[in-house]
Amino acid sequence: MSCSSRLTPVLRRTIAPCLLRSANASNCVPCAARRISSTATRRLRTSPRRCAKFTTDTYPEIKRDPRFAQITKEHVAFFRELLGKDSALVDGVTADVSLEDMEPYNGDWMRKYRGHCKLVLKPGSTEEVSKILKYCNDNMLAVVPQGGNTGLVGGSIPVFDEIVVNTSRMNKIRFFDEVSGVLVADAGVILEVADQFLAEKGYIFPLDLGAKGSCHIGGNVATNAGGLRLLRYGSLHGTVLGIEAVLPDGTIVDDLGRLRKNNTGYDLKQLFIGGEGTIGMITAVSIHCPQRPKAVNVAYLGAESYEQLQQAFREAKNHLSEILSAFEMMDSYSQDLVYKVRQNKRLLEGEYPFYCLIETSGSNPTHDSEKLEAFLDQLMTEGIVSDGVVAQDETQIKSMWAQREGVPECLGHWGGVYKYDVSIPLSDLYRLVDETRERIEKAGLKGDTDEFPVVEVAGYGHMGDSNLHLNVAVRRYDKRVEEVLEPFVYEWISKVNGSISAEHGLGIAKKNYIGFSRSETMINLMKQIKALYDPNGIMNPYKYL
Amino acid sequence: MSALRILVPVKRVIDYAVKPRVNKAQTGVETAGVKHSMNPFDELSVEESVRIREKKSAPGGVEDICVISAGPPKAADVLRTAMAMGADRAVHVDVKEGEDLEPLTVAKLLRAAVEREKSNLVILGKQSIDDDAAQTGQMLAGLLGWPQATQASQVRFEDGNRVLVTKEVDGGVETVAAKLPMVITTDLRLNEPRYASLPNIMKAKKKPLVKLSLSDLGVANERRLKVVKVTEPTPRQGGGKVEDVDGLISKLKELGAL
Repeated sequence: MSCSSRLTPVLRRTIAPCLLRSANASNCVPCAARRISSTATRRLRTSPRRCAKFTTDTYPEIKRDPRFAQITKEHVAFFRELLGKDSALVDGVTADVSLEDMEPYNGDWMRKYRGHCKLVLKPGSTEEVSKILKYCNDNMLAVVPQGGNTGLVGGSIPVFDEIVVNTSRMNKIRFFDEVSGVLVADAGVILEVADQFLAEKGYIFPLDLGAKGSCHIGGNVATNAGGLRLLRYGSLHGTVLGIEAVLPDGTIVDDLGRLRKNNTGYDLKQLFIGGEGTIGMITAVSIHCPQRPKAVNVAYLGAESYEQLQQAFREAKNHLSEILSAFEMMDSYSQDLVYKVRQNKRLLEGEYPFYCLIETSGSNPTHDSEKLEAFLDQLMTEGIVSDGVVAQDETQIKSMWAQREGVPECLGHWGGVYKYDVSIPLSDLYRLVDETRERIEKAGLKGDTDEFPVVEVAGYGHMGDSNLHLNVAVRRYDKRVEEVLEPFVYEWISKVNGSISAEHGLGIAKKNYIGFSRSETMINLMKQIKALYDPNGIMNPYKYL
Repeated sequence: MSALRILVPVKRVIDYAVKPRVNKAQTGVETAGVKHSMNPFDELSVEESVRIREKKSAPGGVEDICVISAGPPKAADVLRTAMAMGADRAVHVDVKEGEDLEPLTVAKLLRAAVEREKSNLVILGKQSIDDDAAQTGQMLAGLLGWPQATQASQVRFEDGNRVLVTKEVDGGVETVAAKLPMVITTDLRLNEPRYASLPNIMKAKKKPLVKLSLSDLGVANERRLKVVKVTEPTPRQGGGKVEDVDGLISKLKELGAL
């Protein structure tokens, strides 16, 4: 097309003043540059984007693996030819790319990790992924598979100049069986899109989490995300029926089974679930979806102590049994911060040290509310909870969930969050938060003014799964805070036989701490698997093990 | 000033957040198995009545807050919710499932209820979100011969039974004053309804709920309108996505825009 070739250079020129500055630049593109380059709408963006420190600066001990090749023009030419169109790659090697175009692939939403990636590939099919990985393997080019980039441990962020292979163009739902509820979809389908598709058929995606609007299901499976309804529908290790993945040598692992039962040999797909893209890249998922519940009830309760919360959980299992679909706990610190950031009305009149959100899902509204009422009745008469509210309509259900789902986002309001996603036996679960807060206070790091790095230490999480999120909200990432937190938190967890990563994965954040939760024998077995499937080590390097 | 006896009519409707679907016969929307809750405007009226009592804004005080609903047995649920929010008692007028009442019938029914409960203030939603008629409050005021203040965004009381009602109109606000007894209809910015708390839900179970039939109130369900057909709005013509600039240009050419 004649006019397209005339137009593309024009576009390039408008972007040109906003060049990606040299890789060691520590701050963002200056405002002036942005103003020249931007269109009118972009100029309206008032708050300057805060950029994270490069991961290589945060972890100076990580050195670029010299076995990996530098990306050359020839490599880019190969990929351009392979993918066939300009929109399928973001090329910062042979052309200039604005920081704004590259940054979404190079950093995470918590602004904790940032890579030096110069090339993003967006394949449109499994075959293209296969060709990309084979080429990278043959040419010793390191690769980072990436989905919606909502991970919390830096697993999808490049460290050096690894090539990002993004799943966003592989976003088709391939198959759905209305009788069995089996869904087969590309890795790049957004979780919420999949769930909305299923909603129309009367089904529900067995995974739900706060980032549902942007995370990709391939990424969810690669991190083995847990989420809000694990209590009800179980882990992805159980609900995922099959996987299509590509190994570094280009082999397509077609194990896209649709069977619930299949006892024929080693269940290799499990290696990719929670494998964080270290042995291959997931390109499609087959998953068993349950019937969407017709009746959903939500209650939000306040309790005087953690002991009472545990009692409430026991009673919930007792009374609600099969309809209980979530039991989420939140401490007052996490809730106070949400109210502070959002300035919304408190759900309860009084203030309590602990809150919980209970959700029931069933098929018969009358039956469910009867059960819920009897349960709440007992909680109140026995004084297990002090106050509570019950959602009377959908809008109230949403605002109660927002009070739980909004916690991670609101904690990040001041600049950053140290996140620990841990499994701890229920009886000890909250003690970790108290002891961590004590340590931070003793070190004089917490305060209301800007000179203190720490804003608050908060705990919340999926009580139903013994999964605590210990979060330290900070104004800036600070070595002193880190020294107080680590390895203290990991040692503490190891002492009570907990897990240092319940559902977020290892990524780069917990790579060095896996030993607190796994024995040396186990780690060695894992390393053997890595070496077997990825002998050149090109898949998501510097992370995981 | 005389003490207030407030009557608050409430309606059970398909939940605001649920997308209604037209039934196969095209005579109405599907209601079976669909989540229902209190009409959002009615929540505002209940909240406002309770606030008038709590804030002691009426010089004569509030003697009674009675909620009333006409509908199938399930309508009792929204009455319990209203009582959990703070209403004192409830009247449930039994109407069979599917026998919807027209606004005029509802207004006549409410006139009878006003006389029965000796109410001197009726606070009701400006409309219900299912049929959007927005007529009941006005018809009721007409039948009773009372002053009416519609679409209230603020309600204040003065001595001598005077009530000041602020309403939002195009480009500003308008404040009207009237003497009790009167009818007020509520609009979205009046207040933010509270959540039903556990202790109050339990108290609400013990509050009195009286069941009446239409004939107890001397009303018959006369319908003047016949629903001919209900259809979905024509679906929006979805937009298309193009992959890149080239795609956009060829698309524009194809549509004759270039």
